[in-house]
Amino acid sequence: MSIFIAENIVKNYANHTALNKVSIDVPSQSVFGLLGPNGAGKTSLIRIINQITAPDEGKLFFKGEKLNPKHVSHIGYLPEERGLYKKMKVGEQALYLAQLKGLSIHDAKKKLRYWFEKFELQTWWNRKVEELSKGMQQKIQFIVTVLHEPELLIFDEPFSGFDPINVNLLKDEILKLKEMGATIIFSTHNMSSVEELCDNIALINKAEKILDGRVKDIKREYKSNKYEITFSDANTPLKNILNQNFEVLSEKNDEQLSTALIHVKDGGTSNELLKQLIPHVQIVSFVEQIPSMNDIFISKVTNSSSILENTYKN
Amino acid sequence: MNKTLIILKREYLSRVKKKSFIIMTILGPVLMAALMIVPVFIAQMSDQKTVIAVVDETTIFADRLKSTENIKFIPLEEDIQTAKDNFDKNRHDAILYIPLSAINTPSTLRLLSDKFPSINVKLYIESQLKQELESMKLSASGIDKEVLKSIETKVNITTIKISGDGQEQKSYPEIAMVLGIFSGILIYMFIFMFGAQVMRGVIEEKTSRIIEVIVSSVKPFQLMMGKIIGVALVGLTQFILWIVLTFTLVTVIKAAFPDKLSINEPAKVYTADDKMLDKNKLQEVSELMNTSSQPDTKNEILRAIGSINYGVVIGAFIFFFLAGYLLYAALFAAIGSAVDNEADTQQFMLPVTIPLIFAIVMAQFVMNNPNGPVAFWLSIIPLTSPIIMMIRIPFGVPYFDLILSMGLLVAGFIFTTWFAAKIYRTGILMYGKKVNYKELAKWLFYKG
Repeated sequence: MSIFIAENIVKNYANHTALNKVSIDVPSQSVFGLLGPNGAGKTSLIRIINQITAPDEGKLFFKGEKLNPKHVSHIGYLPEERGLYKKMKVGEQALYLAQLKGLSIHDAKKKLRYWFEKFELQTWWNRKVEELSKGMQQKIQFIVTVLHEPELLIFDEPFSGFDPINVNLLKDEILKLKEMGATIIFSTHNMSSVEELCDNIALINKAEKILDGRVKDIKREYKSNKYEITFSDANTPLKNILNQNFEVLSEKNDEQLSTALIHVKDGGTSNELLKQLIPHVQIVSFVEQIPSMNDIFISKVTNSSSILENTYKN
Repeated sequence: MNKTLIILKREYLSRVKKKSFIIMTILGPVLMAALMIVPVFIAQMSDQKTVIAVVDETTIFADRLKSTENIKFIPLEEDIQTAKDNFDKNRHDAILYIPLSAINTPSTLRLLSDKFPSINVKLYIESQLKQELESMKLSASGIDKEVLKSIETKVNITTIKISGDGQEQKSYPEIAMVLGIFSGILIYMFIFMFGAQVMRGVIEEKTSRIIEVIVSSVKPFQLMMGKIIGVALVGLTQFILWIVLTFTLVTVIKAAFPDKLSINEPAKVYTADDKMLDKNKLQEVSELMNTSSQPDTKNEILRAIGSINYGVVIGAFIFFFLAGYLLYAALFAAIGSAVDNEADTQQFMLPVTIPLIFAIVMAQFVMNNPNGPVAFWLSIIPLTSPIIMMIRIPFGVPYFDLILSMGLLVAGFIFTTWFAAKIYRTGILMYGKKVNYKELAKWLFYKG
């Protein structure tokens, strides 16, 4: 079931279009990656989901209902541009933001106690925010985002400003939240975290969605059937060994170990490849070259721009 | 709890708890009390007597010069030269030398001193001698002094206001003027001080980047209204505390030094519950006194103060005070939202502040003709009406004008709030962009 659906969202600003008929479908209890280069329209979309701005066209649904202000208390948002009142005390501020999300003071205090303990922040309750380190401020910000136990969480570049240890802490928390039933929309440039965390993604470039789906499916779709083989005891070049179903893209011979990159064409299989190789060489490793999300991201984004460039040239 | 209320509460408490607020709240009344009390003290401090030795060659004036609390005349029986020689020894402050020729040519009069005598002393002596010389000349030409006194006429028109039911009431333009300009300036200050606070609050939220977190929970409009009303309450709190503390302070000081501040003493009699009674008594007394041709200014002032319709003035003051603030605070909030830091506010501040400054500049003009067309229009147009109407009200304003002005002001602040809200909700999410008026105009048409 989908917790959030956006259909054909259009958002125009005076001089440019931020979103052009973008649709996304966020399955319940999953991590949804919203990807795209800077200025692609991610933040515009996120602001629309948070009802900070309204779209010019398009429909939005939260749990099957038309998105309305009532849903604000079921959504948690950690913006990219984030901050706190510097002169305000940490505890007071957390209580204030929790109340704005609709929590009662009593509930907010109880939950804050739990989270402050978890992140070891108890001693900072009565300190002013400006006395905190940046990392600590980020933790507070994270806490107030998840405090009201929203069903849908939106994190915009959540890892910026965290050290690697805290990044891991945060990743664990995000996965834990997902296990507990929350859905997370997650916008980032950090592709390794996308592979680690996301179940689904949508890639937005120049106001348009150019790719979406399950991460697994996308990777399968984009795999190029290339295998990297490390072997020894090669006597003849591999292309003399393999039949026409296989193409040797590169081969590097060494006295000890050789490596080769082989493209398995339609009709060939990896088992067939091994079968043909085994009589002639000693296999050390055999790895399918799966494109990383990073590669897919770059190729998709540059591709769509280069297509544009080509059309201009012609 | 309503989210606007939560915001309002934070805006209010965070400001009221600030050190600067507490300091200003305490310092304000101390300064005001000082302003009321110090001049009295200073006046008394300079009350040391000036002793003037009189060398009178004519022997006419020496005994007739009247000593006062501050100036004492001592006739000397020696000639001017000896008096001059003994000046240091006698420790007089000055020697008044009246030569024989002074009767015909007063310019030969001399006041000798080792320091400059105060202007008051000089004026007093001049008036004393003038009186004496004049009455001398009058009797010399055969005119009786009493006859002259009966001829002398003092003209003082009493202005009477006729109310609708034909009742007459004495009016006091001077008091109305003071009251009007005072409340006008108070409103002007309030709008500027607290409007700027709203603006700074908005800029703070923008630069600290907390704004996006907040607008994901509440509507920008709720945030803006919470802030504007919260700051208004801060302002009201401060003014009320100032008034209460100032009165307490003045009363305490008066009680501590009852004799030293005797100038303020009479006012005490007419306070609180027995006000009416005293007023009536006072009238009787002053009626009696008036027959003796001595106008009792003190009673006159008290009656003048009593002549103002306080119900209308206070009611109108509170209304214009708040509505004027609301009108401008929304605009200040919009300015704050459009810029990234306080330095960039200048270009947008100008058009907002010009009507206010214009109103203050026109105040004098309006006071001179409180029911003229300029006064009328300026007190109707919402941008200037909070100040100009307050200046007009103590003079008495037709209810039609008052209601029209109030209605337009309410419409005005609804309009500016709507207008500001449009700019505000776009502006607060706009970072690092130099904004001009053209840009602002575009924001008005973005879909929220």
